[in-house]
Amino acid sequence: MSNSSSGNVGIVIVSHSSKIAEGAADMVRQMVGNAVPLAWTGGDTDGGLGTNVAGILEAIEAAWSPAGVAILVDLGGAETNSEMAVEMLAEDRRARVVVCNAPVVEGAVIAATESSGGSSLAAVKRSAEEFYA
Amino acid sequence: MSLDRAARERLVRALAASMIEHAEELTSLDQAIGDGDHGLNMKRGFEAVLATLPGLADKSLPEMLKAIGMTLVMKVGGASGPLVGTFFMELGKALPEQPARADLVAATDKAINAVKTRGRSEAGQKTLLDVLVPVQAVFAGGGDARAIAAEAAQAADRTTPMLATRGRASFLGERSIGHMDPGSRSASLLISAAVAALEFEAIS
Repeated sequence: MSNSSSGNVGIVIVSHSSKIAEGAADMVRQMVGNAVPLAWTGGDTDGGLGTNVAGILEAIEAAWSPAGVAILVDLGGAETNSEMAVEMLAEDRRARVVVCNAPVVEGAVIAATESSGGSSLAAVKRSAEEFYA
Repeated sequence: MSLDRAARERLVRALAASMIEHAEELTSLDQAIGDGDHGLNMKRGFEAVLATLPGLADKSLPEMLKAIGMTLVMKVGGASGPLVGTFFMELGKALPEQPARADLVAATDKAINAVKTRGRSEAGQKTLLDVLVPVQAVFAGGGDARAIAAEAAQAADRTTPMLATRGRASFLGERSIGHMDPGSRSASLLISAAVAALEFEAIS
C-alpha cells in the first residue's frame, strides 16, 4: 500500500489477487507519480485469492482525500465487499467514496490520470467508466 | 420466543458446525460454477464466529445476531461475506429481544430484502435468494420446523436446472445449468441447522 498527501481524488484498487492490485498500483504510479493518493488491497484474510472488507477499509483510509476516493474493483465479490466497506464508513465520508464500474487496471490508470489534473470525484468516476461505454 | 443463553450458544454452534462439516461439499459445488472458495470462506467465517464464544452468547439475541453478521462480513470474503453477513446484521437490527413468531417473520422479511439490495438481485437468478425467498413464504405461512427445513432443501435442489444471471456463475451462461448453486446450498444448510437447534415448534 502506498500513500501521498494531496487534494486530488484518491484511488483505491481492489482485486482478488494482491499481485494484480499491487501491479495495477505500480502502473498508476508510473503514470501519475505521487500526484494522487493511492492504495491497493487484494486477497482474503488468509492471504488467498479473494477480497476482504477490513483490507478495503484500510485502503480507503490510506488513500483518503477531502476530494473523495474512487474504488476500482475486479470481479463480483470485490464490488460487493467494497460497497459493504463504503457503508461502514463514517457518514460524512460515505458520500465521498464511489465504486467505479470499470475494468480494474485500465480504470485505475484512467481514473488516476483524471484525478491528477484536479478533477472532481464525479469526473474521475465518469472517465473510468467511459472505458465500458 | 425466549432464547436463553444456552439456546443462543446452541444456535451458534449448530450454524458453525453445519458450515464446517459441509465445507468440502460447498467448495466442490463452487468449483463447478464459481471460483471454488465458498466452502472455505464460510468455514473461515464461522470459525471466527465460534472464536467469539462464550462472550457472543452473553449478548441479547439481536446483539448476538448483529455481532455474527459483522464477523461474517469481515472474515468470509467473497461475495458471500457481505450477503450472508448482511442477513444476520439486519435480522439482529429488526428483532426485539424476545420476539414472537410474527416478529421473527417480519425480521426475516427485512433481512431478505436487505440481501436483495446488497446483491442487487431477486429470486430466480440462481443465488441464495432462491432459498431465502421460498423458505420465507413457508415460514410466513405458518410452516413448522420440518416444513421449513424441507423447503430449504428442495429450494436448493431447484437451483440445479436454473440459469445463473447474477454472481460469478453468470459468467458461465448456459454452462451454469445442471449444477446446484453453492450459495443456495449453504443457505439451506444454515436454515436447517437453525430450525433444528431452536426446536422451532416451540416458537409461537
